[in-house]
Amino acid sequence: MKKIIKYVIIDILRNKIMIAYTVFLLVLSFSIFSLEDNSAKGLLGLLNIILIIVPLVSIIFSTIYVYNSAEFIELLVSQPLKRKTIWMSLFTGLSSSMVLAFLIGTGIPVLIYQPDITGFMMIIIGVLLSVIFVAIAMLATVKTRDKAKGIGIAILLWLYFSLLFDGFVLFLVFQFSDYPVEKLMVTVSMFNPLDLARIMILLKMDVSALMGYTGAVFKDFFGTEIGMGLSFTVLLLWTIVPVWFSIRKFNTKDL
Amino acid sequence: MIIANNVSKKFNNLVALNNFSVTCNKGECIALIGPNGSGKTTFIKTILGMVVCDSGFVTVNGVNIKNDWKYRDKIGYMPQTGRYPENMTIGQVLEMMQDIRGEKNSTNLDEELIERFEIKSLMHKRMRTLSGGTRQKISAALAFLFNPDLLILDEPTAGLDPVSSEILKEKIIEEKKKGKLILITSHILSELDDLVTQVIYMQDGCLCFHKSIEQLKEDTGHSKLAKAIAHVMLNN
Repeated sequence: MKKIIKYVIIDILRNKIMIAYTVFLLVLSFSIFSLEDNSAKGLLGLLNIILIIVPLVSIIFSTIYVYNSAEFIELLVSQPLKRKTIWMSLFTGLSSSMVLAFLIGTGIPVLIYQPDITGFMMIIIGVLLSVIFVAIAMLATVKTRDKAKGIGIAILLWLYFSLLFDGFVLFLVFQFSDYPVEKLMVTVSMFNPLDLARIMILLKMDVSALMGYTGAVFKDFFGTEIGMGLSFTVLLLWTIVPVWFSIRKFNTKDL
Repeated sequence: MIIANNVSKKFNNLVALNNFSVTCNKGECIALIGPNGSGKTTFIKTILGMVVCDSGFVTVNGVNIKNDWKYRDKIGYMPQTGRYPENMTIGQVLEMMQDIRGEKNSTNLDEELIERFEIKSLMHKRMRTLSGGTRQKISAALAFLFNPDLLILDEPTAGLDPVSSEILKEKIIEEKKKGKLILITSHILSELDDLVTQVIYMQDGCLCFHKSIEQLKEDTGHSKLAKAIAHVMLNN
């Protein structure tokens, strides 16, 4: 397995898009931190951009990469290798490159300007989001044979998680505004890793007061250790479940 | 060595293999013949585990290939159209395959084809720049590189120039003498004449017949394989 991961990582690191992504994150982070005189405010600005950029690049790059590796996968499948090993190596290679790019691009500036618990939290969340969206991309590619369709699905998934889901939640909240839906909101937020990530960081920043009564309920839940542990578990599940389903599908796929 | 038992495979509504059963033994050189779309490549891919059959089973060396992968250690496969990572050079692909098989710098490698096809002088070329024929040479060299007991060659001479094609044929005969099982599909029947010992004829995913070449020639009354097969096809 190590050998295949090695070949995947070497191949990805040679890719110019990956270098551009790292440099872009680096420039972005440094410029945001130097624009704001208060680095906590900088972190907040960075958060909003990271919640858009990181998932987008992770999911689109991974989807295209897996489709472009079709020959590589085909070659490996006819060799004495387990299919699970091939697929897991691809996943590990992709996610570690995405994580590496994120750590260099955002991790270093955050550690320089905001080396406290909130900063660390932000780095961990960014790493988790990178991995989650690689996992979702792998599931999308294994389900569709057609490249254009697969990339389309990846873009739609990203759109769903970053925009449509919030719209849907807002709609629910307005429809049921007469009822106490705050507790329900906690459950609903588990269904979107991006929302979960955003809430977790905002609560660490002590700006939950901005979110009104819902913020107080969130604080009550996510502020506790159990709540935090549960949210991290849910984020991990968001990685494991798509990967597990994609392996199951890949094991019986015709190449 | 290979036993296929009632193997069926459907691609959507297209039946690629229909209750296909066949037994291939060590030391045989078998030609898989049939019209286009008769399921030859699907059968080969099933043996390699690249296509998962809907029903039935395949065993290689007595091991059911379902959920097994180690048996592929003994197989050399030359695909119909070799597809390789476009960004890698020939040298890197060869090295990677040796690395994956765990035979890097091993003394057990059979580099005869690499030398005879003069691949050494092309080592730095990227796969995307190669012509179809050169790709075929790489595929052939890779199939023979690890001294496998079972060789599966899907249209081996398609796209090769006459000289290379002759080299490959000599190599196949040489390996046949070593008692390996060789499966070949080809539409150029005249080439198979001096290679094969058995013929499997497929049509619409079904096995039409599996005979030794002498038997086939006797039954049809033709001394050339091409004529004999044409006779069979016309009479069907």
